[in-house]
Formats: sequence, structure tokens, C-alpha cells
Amino acid sequence: MYTHIMIPVDLAHADRLDRALKTGADIARLYGAKVTYVGVTGVQPSKVAHTPEEYARKLSEFARGQASAYGIEAGSKPITAHDPAVEIDHMLVDTADEIGADLIVAGTHDPHAFDWPSHGGKLASHAHVSVLLVRGH
Amino acid sequence: MRLGGKESTPDYSYAGWFAMLFAAGMGIGLMFFGVLEPAYYFATPWGDEPLGTVRPFAEDGALIEANVEEARRMALAATSYHWALHPWAIYAVVALALALFTYNKGLPLTIRSAFYPIFGDRVWGWWGHVIDTLAVFATLFGLATSLGFGAQQANAGMNYVYGLPNTTTVQVILIVAITAIALISVLRGLDGGVKVLSEINMGLALLLLLFVLFAAGAASILTEFGKGLVAYAREVVPLSTPFGREDDGYRQDWTAFYWAWWISWSPFVGMFIARVSRGRTVREFITCVLIIPSLVCILWMAVFGGAAINDMIANPDTSAVKANVIDAYAPELSLFAMLESLPLAAITSTIGVILVVVFFVTSSDSGSLVIDTITAGGKVDAPVPQRVFWCTFEGLVAIALLIGGGLGALQAMVISTGLPFTIVLLLICYAIIRGLMSEPR
Repeated sequence: MYTHIMIPVDLAHADRLDRALKTGADIARLYGAKVTYVGVTGVQPSKVAHTPEEYARKLSEFARGQASAYGIEAGSKPITAHDPAVEIDHMLVDTADEIGADLIVAGTHDPHAFDWPSHGGKLASHAHVSVLLVRGH
Repeated sequence: MRLGGKESTPDYSYAGWFAMLFAAGMGIGLMFFGVLEPAYYFATPWGDEPLGTVRPFAEDGALIEANVEEARRMALAATSYHWALHPWAIYAVVALALALFTYNKGLPLTIRSAFYPIFGDRVWGWWGHVIDTLAVFATLFGLATSLGFGAQQANAGMNYVYGLPNTTTVQVILIVAITAIALISVLRGLDGGVKVLSEINMGLALLLLLFVLFAAGAASILTEFGKGLVAYAREVVPLSTPFGREDDGYRQDWTAFYWAWWISWSPFVGMFIARVSRGRTVREFITCVLIIPSLVCILWMAVFGGAAINDMIANPDTSAVKANVIDAYAPELSLFAMLESLPLAAITSTIGVILVVVFFVTSSDSGSLVIDTITAGGKVDAPVPQRVFWCTFEGLVAIALLIGGGLGALQAMVISTGLPFTIVLLLICYAIIRGLMSEPR
């Protein structure tokens, strides 16, 4: 059914992604699919990493941790953006095409009254493959 | 020594980088002062001739041939003094400090990071909050007041060129339009919005520059440019010393204003330059942020000011430039008055109006991104609604000041932040030296 699952992760809030990560990993195990964890970072230092290189290392470590925790085949793909806040949506769509993912599993927060069009929402509108949005609770 | 470490590569091409440098911090000034300042210094009858140089016009308005050459030389030198090395050095100091501490030392991209070598970990406490808050206020109010005045200038230009009424309503509509375009630009982001607009702007500005250059006589203007460079080199030291001078009008009204203006804009422009300069070497950075922009500014002033002065010399009685700068002081019309003396004035004036508006957009959008980043503590991926808020707020402040009054007072306040910031700049110079010395060789 699925051979390659893309899971976008925000390393700064990885603790809130448990359900999405578990859902993605379970589907991967069910179909024997490979998982790629994708993260978008700016070139400036952030809470997560001082440089894009450090970010790439941390994302790769994160993917290895997931692989051993869930017993799945996993890789990582860091993306560097000049202006991550607005570029993230189309970059994720492009990356899904580029790596040949056939399912995207992404964590989202609960809807509330003043929602700005969400990253998950945009991903679901524009991606060429199925998108599974997983609530955080 | 490379910003971002030995392995890093430049984020932007030279063209994109240059376009953004100019569009953020100086473009609008070049449009406003390009004709005004050289023309004013050339023929000022109010006793504020730079270094007390000779006057080319007698009391009765007759041209004094013998004085033209010297007045012209000094006009370009005195203008270049305000637009070449000094402003770009101020921007370069702030930008280099921020780029160094962000990309090489791993500190967040925000003004307080430049003070780390001096205050140490205290920059994360209220010292740092004060520095960042001041920078946000200087940027926000600096942009809002410029936007308010800019709308008045653009309106005056449109009134002159198209006969559009000169009213507050038109000005408010202009601010709303400029803010709306800036909003689209920040929503499209740094690459899809700010950079694209900056490049369009630079392309248009270059076309206008080339047009004026050739229409006004390339050979004579380029000769003036050469003479201007020499005059600038010769006069920069006399213009910089406060001693033995009687040109208080020039020194206090113009020079002091410019220094304060550049300094009060330096947190914004410096931080924006830092953001787009990763991957450049320090040498390349100094060449491209200090030397080349200085030359471009002198060329711009030589072309626009040269064309205006040519017109004043050729037609002392009918020159629109002389009528709007010297005979009656209407600074916002100076550019359009000069274009009127050249062929195709209807087309070039329209390009002029578009350039004025778009240069405001490119200052407004990059300024909003800077405020967005500082207020998020150096995060560049703060939620998008936050940048929408800052961009809109800037427009609202401008409208409030325009309708309620207070543009002039607030701008004076912003410019007066230049004085305390001068001390800050000196501290930043020290911080850069400390930062560079601690880099691995």
C-alpha cells in the first residue's frame, strides 16, 4: 500500500509529536515502508541548533532514535530555508515529490478560534500524495 | 574569515544581495535627495554653502560663469560626503557585528547579540531587553514616519505630474497601498517577496539612471563623476573637521541630520544586511557593503545632481529645478522638476513615482521582517501572523500620525536616538574587534 512515508518534524517541539510519530511508525511497520523524517531550518542559530550542519546532525540522530525505538527503516532529510516561516509549506510539498514519498504523516494542533491557515492544512491542500494529519492529544 | 564558517557558501547572488542592501536602507533617500541635495548646495542663497564655497548666481539671479566650476565641484563633494563612506560604514559596522556573532558565534540574530563580548551573559537579561526594545522602537517609528512623509512626497509628485489632488485622503490611500504591497511581500517571504521586489526596483532605478545619464549628456556627466570622486577625496577631511568653519547652516542642518538619520536607521538596515550576508568573507563584505555602494551613491548623485545643475546653468531663468529648489523650496518636487528638463518626461516621471512607492515598500517589508525577528528574540521562524501584525501596525501608526499630526515631532525623536546610539556604535566596534580576534585562524 505505502512504500515511503514522509514525516515532517519540528525538532523544537518534538515532545509534542508523539502521536504523529507513533502513527507514522505503525503504518510503516504495517506496510514495511521506509520513513524519512524531514525538518526545515533557517540559516540563523535557533533553539535547536547553531548552524544548518548541526541541525542536520540532530535530525539524523532523531531519525536513528525513531528507527531503533519502533524497529523501522528510517532516514532524515534536513531542508535549509532563507525564510522558514513562509517557505516551509511549499518546501515540504516539493520534498515529498523529490524523495518519492507516497504518504505524509504530520502532527497538528487542535483547531481554535483564531487559526491562521495552518501548515498541515496547506500541506493537505497542495501535496500530490495522501496526507494524514494527526492531532496532538 | 568567512561569515558562517569556512565551509559556508553565499546565500544570495551578488545581484540579489546588492539589490536588497540598497532597497532596504537607502533607495528612498536616493530618490528624494538625488536631485535636491547637489542642486541645493550648488546654488543655495541662504548662506549654508558647504565650506563657504562661491555662489554661481548673483543676487539678481544672473549666472556668474567664473564660479560655476568651483560651486559644482563642492556641491558634489558635499553631497557625496553624506552618502558615500560615512553612512555605509555605519551600516557595515552594525551588520558585520550581527553577522559575526550570529553566523560564527552561534548567537541569535538580534541586536543584543552584538554586545555579548561586553556584557557577557547579562545580554540575555534586562540589558539586552532594553537594547532590543530601543532598536524595535527606532525601526518602527523611523519607518512609520518615513512612510507618512513618503506618502506626502509621493502625493506632491503625483500632484505635480498628473494633477492629482494633494489631500490627506490621497495620502492615506497611498499608505494603505504601500502597506498592502509590503504585506504581500512579507507573506511571500524573503526570497519570494522582498528579494523579488528589490530586484525589480534596482532594475527600474538602473534604467532611470542610464536614461538620465545619456539624456543629460553621458560624456559631461561622467567627467563630473570623475571630478566628483576627486573632489570627495580632497574635501572629505575638511568637511569632517568642525574647526575653522563658518558654514553652520550646512554642518548643523544637513550633516548633523544625516549622521543622526543613518545612525538611527542602522539597527534596522544593519540587521537586514546581516540576515542576507551569510557565506560572504569579511573582506568581500567590506568591499561590497562599504566601497561599492559608496561608489554607486556618488555616481547616482553625479548623474541626477549633474543633470539638474546642467539645467540650472543652461536655463537659469526657466529651470524648473531652480524654481523648486532655490527660488521656492519644494524639495519633494526636485526629482520631477529635473526629469521635466529631459525628453520623455511623462514616462520618466511615472517611473519616478513608481520607484518612490516601491522603494517605500522595500523599506517597509524588510523593516517588518527585522522587527518580527527582534521581537521573537532572534527567531526567524516566528508564526506568520506576527509579521502581518508588525507590517500592518507600521502602516496604522503612519496613518495616525498623518491625520492626527506629529510626524515631524516623532521623526525628530527617532533621529535624536542617533546620539545615544553613537555610543552604542562605538561599543559595537570594540565588540567586532574582540569577536574577530577570538576566531580560529
